[in-house]
Order: sequence, then structure tokens, then C-alpha cells
Amino acid sequence: MKARAREILRVERLSKTFGGRVPACSAVSFSLRQGEVLGIVGESGSGKSTLLRCLAGRIQPDEGKVLIASDDHIIDLWTMDEASREQFLPTTVSLIHQNPRDGLRLDISAGGNIAEPLMAAGGRHYGSLRTTALEWLQKVDIEKRRIDDLPEIFSGGMQQRLQIARGLATHPRLVLMDEPTGGLDVSVQAKLLDLLRSLVRELGIAVVVVTHDIGVARLLADRLMVMQRGRVIEEGLTDQVLDDPHHAYTQLLVSSVLQG
Amino acid sequence: MKDTIMTILVSVDGLSKAFTLHTQGGAEIEVFKDVSLEVLAGECVCLHGPSGAGKSTLLRSLYANYKPDAGQIIVQHGGESIDLVSAEPWEVLEVRRHTMGYVSQFLRVIPRVVTIDVVAEPAIAIGIPADEAHAKAKALLARLSIPERLWSLAPATFSGGEQQRVNIARGFMVNYPVLLLDEPTASLDSANRRSVVELINEAKARGTAIVGIFHDEEVREAVADRLFEVGHSSVRKSRRRTATAEAVA
Amino acid sequence: MGIDLAFDDHGVYSFAYLDEMTKRMIRRAILKAVAVPGYQVPFGSREMPLPPGWGTGGLQVTASLLGREDMLKVIDQGADDTTNAISIRRFFARVAGVATTERTGEATVIQTRHRIPERALTEDQIIVFQQPQPEPLRRFIPHEVVARKLHAFAQYGVMYVRLYEDISRLGHVAMSSDYPVIVNGRYLASPSPIPKFDNPKLHRSRALALFGAGRERRIHAIPPFTDVKSLDFVDHPFTVQHFESCCSLCGAQDSYLDEILLDDGGRRAFVCSDTAYCAEQRGERTKS
Repeated sequence: MKARAREILRVERLSKTFGGRVPACSAVSFSLRQGEVLGIVGESGSGKSTLLRCLAGRIQPDEGKVLIASDDHIIDLWTMDEASREQFLPTTVSLIHQNPRDGLRLDISAGGNIAEPLMAAGGRHYGSLRTTALEWLQKVDIEKRRIDDLPEIFSGGMQQRLQIARGLATHPRLVLMDEPTGGLDVSVQAKLLDLLRSLVRELGIAVVVVTHDIGVARLLADRLMVMQRGRVIEEGLTDQVLDDPHHAYTQLLVSSVLQG
Repeated sequence: MKDTIMTILVSVDGLSKAFTLHTQGGAEIEVFKDVSLEVLAGECVCLHGPSGAGKSTLLRSLYANYKPDAGQIIVQHGGESIDLVSAEPWEVLEVRRHTMGYVSQFLRVIPRVVTIDVVAEPAIAIGIPADEAHAKAKALLARLSIPERLWSLAPATFSGGEQQRVNIARGFMVNYPVLLLDEPTASLDSANRRSVVELINEAKARGTAIVGIFHDEEVREAVADRLFEVGHSSVRKSRRRTATAEAVA
Repeated sequence: MGIDLAFDDHGVYSFAYLDEMTKRMIRRAILKAVAVPGYQVPFGSREMPLPPGWGTGGLQVTASLLGREDMLKVIDQGADDTTNAISIRRFFARVAGVATTERTGEATVIQTRHRIPERALTEDQIIVFQQPQPEPLRRFIPHEVVARKLHAFAQYGVMYVRLYEDISRLGHVAMSSDYPVIVNGRYLASPSPIPKFDNPKLHRSRALALFGAGRERRIHAIPPFTDVKSLDFVDHPFTVQHFESCCSLCGAQDSYLDEILLDDGGRRAFVCSDTAYCAEQRGERTKS
């Protein structure tokens, strides 16, 4: 019980500048353990999405390290060659996009969307792929009979739940979420947050969730990092940062939330 | 007196807290300074003082919800001493999961989660089987006279008193060695107040160290072993608990 | 016609139509393709005297392979006597002066569209496929750069999606031709639009198989004795078409059959798609 969970992700002094101007990320360091949910908050342009993309293997940082735990050793994401990285990432790291259309294939069935990453990871048994797809549909609260429907005709909330099923079905060690409830109605958001909370607990995955919504951060994250102009200006336990913010910017951010 | 071994479960030393309000021109508000307090197993300490004296702030600091500026909060956690002021976030979460419970004044409603799950959650989070956790949650809800028809509804639409009782049930789900209570009986009727007093006294009998804010005098007299004065003038003087504390019960 | 020009000593046309440097370039591409089985090698496709889509890729590969002693066979949908097959055969007879044949066993180079002869090929033979679309991922991945990365990283999950979707909707994989294969356990490749009936013939074939796509400017190869696996699931293994009837001309039960409408009343018959095989079978029968 007291044993500290395994470190899954360590970021060391990560920096990224676009076009030689204001840095999008500046010397960001943090560590994430199994079962932990880290929230990254900050307004648009604070560098949180760039950071997420560096972790997801999409953007190469200018400086710094992204270390991810593999089965028996530590992988340095940006020093390994591209082919190894592309082999390593799909089974280890999952990126959930704000817009489900970026993370789904809308022209293939819901079941096919869940099965694809499994097949990419070597799944070659149709029957078990099908069973896994059905299990995941149930987990994310989509009726099983919708398995052969195209996600194109799903509502936004359903599409997002399907994207989450697709992202988690391969049992990634690290899940990165970019504004997972961004484009959704408030009622749908609540449902999705509840789903994410229970999945994170059930699967014991490490999660980095980027959001500008303080409410989302409070509900999902154990820890919080506040970013402003590419720098981490405050971090700590979620409730500590939100209830007792020290930095001027964090105080502004928290006090700007509309009370529901 | 007690025949249990006098174990110190929480030991606070030199704790200070001030808020700097950057949004209001950098105004600095000192809430308390150099607070020291020890809480024994099976003891209930009542934080006492006028409104605005910083009782809630102290209680929240003890839960590491607020970050103190100086001092230590040593908690006995699974055979180890952990200082909540300097602990890593994951350590604080571990302490909260297993050792230290906190019942706030208001239920922070999680949208769409039904009452029975809200209550059972802390137990399930530490690995207690779901059916066992649900059975205990039901028993607690029944004791706190939440009608059974509400158990499967989300508490967002409940009355203030009902929400408060759901909150208390949640706080008593796990037998924490340390329990922090912020006006748990504030909006309850006398019957429910009695149920809460019973729960508190049962916890004390189990050896739980309790720190609470009880405005209701009847409740305070029923549960508190001693008062701990909070307020600028008194706190500064309270170097040792023997200096200011006084047995009430 | 200017056929004789090809043999003019001063060479209006080079041997086998293409100039030597072009043929050398194509041979280099072929060598690379053989060295990396299933990998699509880009090459500088030339204008040919027939439109793209009519076999310009196969034509260029054949042109770069032919020597004066070669014996060429050309088939289209299995038949030696269709317009396209006849035209290409005549073309090479004119510009290279090579001997041609309809007999599979005699040929050293076989250019084909949409079929592999029924008679097993040997290590002395090369089969050249005309290929309209060499990229099996194209239907799912419109971006060339993305498709190439998927090949580079051997990420072929998306191709299995097609199989999954077919099985979930129809109970079986609906692709009956151009059925994708994994070559040498590494590269996903298109076998060109041959019926999947012919896919097993590619597996550990004794003959070298070359695939030329003129419009898409790609060549890929399956060297002799190379493993070729048609994509499938463990519980839905790859199967080939089975025919209820036999060839109504030669009686063959093991060949790929074409359906022919006999009259306006809808009467129909099945005959071998491989005309040379059918003729051989009939010849043997009359002999015995």
C-alpha cells in the first residue's frame, strides 16, 4: 500500500520553440506514476498542447528528454530511431483528441475502429477482436447493436466515447488526452468525465489530461500543472492548487471560473 | 481516563499560513502563525474560536488542502511518519486514501454519480470489494436516514441537509485512523445530529484521532475531549497543548 | 507499317523499343525490387505507344528483360487470343524480333494481365504482371507519404480493417481479386488484379514474378521461392474460389473458370480462363 507506484513517464527540461520566437514549452520537467492523473491547465497558447504532442511522439522537442517506461527498461522517446519509436508508441501511448473526428476513422464501423489498433498490434483472431470490441462498447456505454454502424452517424458524445474505447482497448501504459470534453454539451461532458474517472481507476493507467476547464481538472486530475507562456508556474495536488493558488496567474485562472 | 496507549497520530509544529491575494493588489492576509498541536488516538479535539479566526483554514491545512507557509504536520501513516507539508503529492494522496478522512461542510457533487456510489467510492478506491462497500454504504445511509429511494439518484438535487448527510456517510466509509470534521452537523435536525454524534463516538472508541469544528454546543459537549483555541491572540501563545487545552468532556 | 525500322542497322528504334539507358534504369529498379521482396521501387516510367492503363508498366519491364533468344507469351485474363494480348505480342515480335508462343511451358517470359497460368511455372521463367495500382493501402490512405511510412514501419493494421469490415458485414472477406499479400513476412503488396484463386501460386513460386505499374511508376517483385501470405484471420483463414462445374470444353476441374452467356435465353457455360491450358488438356485427351 505504501509502495510507490512505478514511474511511467519522466519529462526532463523539455523545450520547444516554433519559428525562433516565443517558446511554446520552456524547460518543462515532471514525472508521472502508474495510476496517476496529471492535469495541465492554462489558457490557449500556454504551450500545453505542444507539450502533449511532444509526449505523443508527434512533435520533436528542441531540447530535453521524454522518458517512458517499457516492459523492462526506460525508453528515451526522442533519441530512439523513428522506426523503433513508431513500433513502441502505438502499444504504449494513446492520444485522445479533442475532436473525435481526428482520432477515429469515420468511414469504418464502430467495431472496426476499436479493432484497428488491436490488429495493428498483431491481433489476428476475428472472434476475439469482435468480443473485445463488444466489451469496450459496453464499457463506454454504447449499445452493442451499434457495433457495425459508422461513427459518422453517431452524436458527438458517442463519437468521443468511441474514441476513448479505441484508445484504451490496447491497454496503453500512458494515455494523453487533449481537451477530451472540449466540444461537448455540459450534460454529455459530465457523463464522459464519470466514464473517464472509472476507467482510469479500473485500468490503473497513467494519464496526462490537457484542459482549460478547471472543473474537468478538478474531477479528473490527482495533480495539476499550471502553464503560462510555455512555463510551469505552479504545480501540486489538484485541490491544493485550485483551493490555495499561490501564483498570481493561477489565482486569476481560478477566480475566473463561473460558479455553477 | 483512557486505558488505550497514548499514541500521537497527528503532530503539528510551528504551522503558519498566510494568503497573498494577487488579484486584489497583492494584499497579504495572515490567518494563523506558529500553531502547534498534538492529537492522540481516540481523542477528539475541537477547534474553537470566533468566526473568521481561521478554524477552517487550519483544518484544511491539516488535510493538505491548503499549503502552509511554514511548519510541519506529522501524520502516522502505516507505521511511518509523514510530514504533509513537505510530502510529495502521491504521498499526500496515499495518506488521504488510507489514513486521513475529511468531511467538508459541503458535498462536492460529482455530476451524474449516484448517491450509493458517491458514498462507497472511498472504500472501493482502497480495494474493498464493491459488494462489501455497497453494503456498508447502505447501512450508513440508513443510519443517517437518507430514504432508500434516493440512493440510486445523484445527490445534486438533494436538499442541503441531505447532501450533508451523504457527505458524512462518505467520510465514515473507511475507518480512517485520523478524521477531520468541518461542522458536520451544521444543517441537521436533532435526530440526525444524534446519529452523527454516535458515529463520531464509535470512531473514537476505535481509536480514531479526530479534529473538528463543532459550532453546535450540544454536539461539541458530546464528542470533544478538549478545545483548541484558534485566533491571532491565542494561537501565538499556544506553544504546548497543555498551555491552552482544557478537557471538556 | 514501320516494323522493319526496329532492325535497321542505324536504329530508328532500339531493340525492344526502349533505348538502352532506359532499359538499364528499369533493370536497376528490378534488381532492387528483387533484393527487397514486395517493396515498391520507383522508376522513370516512359511514354509507351499505348495509353497508361493498358499495360505500359508490364510492357516496360518486359522490354528491359527480353533478349534475342527469349520466347514470349502474352495473356490477358488468361487468354492468348484477346485483343490486348495479341497487340502486345505483335508489338514485341516487331520491335524485338523475339519468338512468341501460346504454350506456357515453352515461354521464357510471360507478360500477363489479371491471371497466372494454371500450369506451374519453372525457375527458367519470369512472369511480368501489368499492374494498375501497386499500392494496396491506397484505398484507405490517400496520402503517399503516410502510406510509405506505414510500409516503412510495417504498420498494416489498417489493411486488416478491410477484412474485419467485410467479415462483420458479409460473414466473409469480399475481395475476390487483387487480394493483398505479405511478401517474405515483411512488405504488404498487391498481387495485381489476379483472382485470389491465383494467390497460392505466388507462394514459393519457382518463377520470378515482376509487377510493373506504368502510370504509378512503381515496380515490385516476388523472387523465386519467396513466402507469400494472403492476409487473413486465424479463425477466418484465406480460401480460394471453388467452382461447382468443370470446364465445358476440356473438363478441367482444377482451373479458374469464366462464365459465358450462350444465348439471349440466359443459358450459360463455364470454360477455362487459361486458353492455353484448356487447349493442352483437350490435346492430351484426344491423344489418349
